[in-house]
Amino acid sequence: MVEKYDVIIIGGGVVGCMTARFLSRYELDILLIEKASDIGSATSAANTALVHPGYDPVSGSLKARMNVAAVPLWPGLSAELNFNYERSGDYVVAIGPEELPKLDELFERGKRNGVNGMHFVSGDEMRRREPLMNPDVSGALFAETGSICDPFGATLAAAENAIMNGVTLMRETAFEDFIIQDKRIVGVRTNRGDFSCRWAINCAGLYSDFVMHKAGVRPDFKITPRKGEYLILDRAEFQLRSVYFPVPNEVSKGILATNTVHGNAILGPTAHEQVDREDKANSSDGLQEVMEGARKLIPAIEPRHVIATFAGLRAAGNAPCDTPGVDYRHDFIVEIPAEVRGLVNLGGIESPGLSSSPAIALRVIDLLRDAGEPLKEKKDWNPIRPARPRFRHMSYAERQAVIQKDDRYGRMVCRCENVTEGEIVAEVHAPIPANSYDAIKRRTWLGTGRCQGGFDLPRVTHILARELGQSELEMTKKGPGSAFLTRLTKQVEESHD
Amino acid sequence: MTEQTYDVVVVGSGPGGLAAAIAAKENGAEKVLIIERDIELGGILLQCIHNGFGMEVFKEDLPGPSYAQRFIQQVSELGIDTLLDSMVLEATPQRRLYVTNRKGGISTFDAKALVFAMGCRERTRAQIRVPGTRPAGVYTAGTAQRWVNVEGFMPGKRFVILGSGDIGMIMARRLTLEGAQVERVLEIMPYLSGLSRNYVQCLQDFNIPLHLKHTVKNIIGNKRVEAVEMAAVDDQRRIIPGSEEIIPCDTLLLSVGLIPENELSRQAGVQIDPVTGGPLVDSYFHTNVPGVFAAGNVVHVYDLVDWVTGAGKEAGRGAALYAMGKLPAGSSCITVRAGNNVRYVVPQRIDAQVLEQEPISLQFRVSQPIEAPVWLEAVADGNSITRRSVFYARPGEMLTLPLKPEMADGLRGAKEIYIHVNER
Repeated sequence: MVEKYDVIIIGGGVVGCMTARFLSRYELDILLIEKASDIGSATSAANTALVHPGYDPVSGSLKARMNVAAVPLWPGLSAELNFNYERSGDYVVAIGPEELPKLDELFERGKRNGVNGMHFVSGDEMRRREPLMNPDVSGALFAETGSICDPFGATLAAAENAIMNGVTLMRETAFEDFIIQDKRIVGVRTNRGDFSCRWAINCAGLYSDFVMHKAGVRPDFKITPRKGEYLILDRAEFQLRSVYFPVPNEVSKGILATNTVHGNAILGPTAHEQVDREDKANSSDGLQEVMEGARKLIPAIEPRHVIATFAGLRAAGNAPCDTPGVDYRHDFIVEIPAEVRGLVNLGGIESPGLSSSPAIALRVIDLLRDAGEPLKEKKDWNPIRPARPRFRHMSYAERQAVIQKDDRYGRMVCRCENVTEGEIVAEVHAPIPANSYDAIKRRTWLGTGRCQGGFDLPRVTHILARELGQSELEMTKKGPGSAFLTRLTKQVEESHD
Repeated sequence: MTEQTYDVVVVGSGPGGLAAAIAAKENGAEKVLIIERDIELGGILLQCIHNGFGMEVFKEDLPGPSYAQRFIQQVSELGIDTLLDSMVLEATPQRRLYVTNRKGGISTFDAKALVFAMGCRERTRAQIRVPGTRPAGVYTAGTAQRWVNVEGFMPGKRFVILGSGDIGMIMARRLTLEGAQVERVLEIMPYLSGLSRNYVQCLQDFNIPLHLKHTVKNIIGNKRVEAVEMAAVDDQRRIIPGSEEIIPCDTLLLSVGLIPENELSRQAGVQIDPVTGGPLVDSYFHTNVPGVFAAGNVVHVYDLVDWVTGAGKEAGRGAALYAMGKLPAGSSCITVRAGNNVRYVVPQRIDAQVLEQEPISLQFRVSQPIEAPVWLEAVADGNSITRRSVFYARPGEMLTLPLKPEMADGLRGAKEIYIHVNER
């Protein structure tokens, strides 16, 4: 075995990165491994971008406890880590009188779950607060702790802060197996070799069942990916004032219409189970379902307002809730299992997984402490991750100042979202270097506007290649196998038959 | 922040912007500035290395960069200022522009008259909601054109092109000449969306199949495009079940329409025509905001660059007159409306008093193709003002109908004028 770590975190999604960040506070050598070319590029990058207040999960479930425990952590976290987060409040909206009783149910459940700051809003008041609301609105449940955030931004910020505090990140590093001696995990086998550890933490999201089965834990546990399709609207054409849920159904919280920290409205998600863990394709049926669902709340939405579509997969599991008397079979797993030593096992972290992630990280720490890990605090732990300049959020005077320091901030690369060359260069040389177009896009929001990258793509490819010291032919959309360009022009090619 | 004042500022240096700046100078504006986001003048013409430009303006068949160069030369000779590698961040109704560039940082420009000439952008995959995965290898035709013609890179080996727009057809030929395989061009409508001459010269001559009433049902491949699923559509553009066919390819190019780029115009308070996506203008291409003009494709999408040049000249002349306080104040405003089989007309309003002084050219596109001789006719209060005949009318090709000063009498007192295209 080449390198020795105290802790290996398997999976660089929001849960893995939050865990790395909170754990970086202690005297531990930590390795965070991520199979993709970037952190946070699966579920953490493709979701509804909300921190839920916690009235939705089944009372008594770990989901409910984690969600409610995490809500008060977010404002401080966003202040320390400098990612976009805004406590906008959220509304569950009843359309027609028959949906009104559902609001009472949610209110009661919220109270049982310990959610503060909920109250009812009349249909008239709802229409006043959101003039675009369906005129048949009969009432709404407002929860003041509902928040919008940048989920990838939160994931990146947590991971960067972890790295600042000594955590090692390896991307394109895929878990293959555990190395187990005497029923104790002593290492992790990856496509990049073996690494020894005293603890492994399963934060593998959509693959969490695969990982825990390799340790012989919970053979019946199974992830069934549940796809959510989304539409993003052009903010120049359509803006919403807040976050609007329909009354929930059995499977999901339903198709909502929400504003985002970037100002674009998002509609979605659908909720359809599938076998494939990578298939994030959009379907015409799915997009149609989103459009119809969202128009139930906001009838004025039209197809021409759409500027982007995407889909994400929820890592839905089948773990029974271990609270006596609570019959619920899709709970989170956050445990130290009895079958094997040296494993902190997480699984089934689907919605509200983003919302819960800081509380899950703290629970992991509690579990380690309970297991006898000394967890000595570092003297020089720095909880602050500084933000990098974002041209579009600056005043003209601030822009002038940043251009004077580095004139690349004066050159616009993405005209729709006002992203400059300086910002792209900064992301390529950041603690977690952006190494693909999508990595730049997730970090800067470039290419997400009206032209969807049509203008910036050749320019970004050029800048990326220059900064990485590689050829443009090697530049990819999202890591190996996704190169944009095939060859130079005027090259003689072999016959393509 | 530096501040400067100009008589006329032109935003954009494509064919519309160059013509506007030149016309502004020639019509008496003293201080004229062009602001361009790229590192040289010319706009999208610089990546249009194919010929077909200049037949109307120069009676010569020129490639795009050569066509642009003639105007760039004039800009230089006339002493028009240029600010390159610079992006306009904000435009106010008072005609103040906030601009960023590497050298000067943020600067402001106050214009007595402002000409918007930002051209258009390409419609994207999301706007036509093509389902499927999101791999590398899905590009707009214009992005591919820039890569191939300016940067010298090939964006794929086997192509399917969705949409029969002009850039798509021209790229089909270009890619074929560069040794790539272009499998098909698919068009969801029952007719071509670009120029017939491009169909002949770019597809037919290279044996590239065009499938009308077909679309892409699905994109396949997680990292790079591996195939597209094409399908036939019915008259309502619904996919016909059972018509699906998988076409292996590594690239899907989109040539599915252009949208005038009017975000700055909107900021400045300019009213936008929902049909064209461009400003509502009069015959000087003057918008509803006093002193703000619009030149070329920012108003509506032209089929030929030569017409863009012509429109840019009008806008530039109007801007110069406004800057000098000489633009006639319109008193008898007539709304121009799209009649039978007409999708839109530009300008959307004309002034009979202006028409008394000079001819006005109405520009429009039809909704449905008519492959037979048609009348283009202007009607006011039930009376035919003028009509002319053309051999056919196709949505991909712009039509014009000139109004002459002697027709002004017939328009006196009219509030509206309708443009019709009917079979003869």
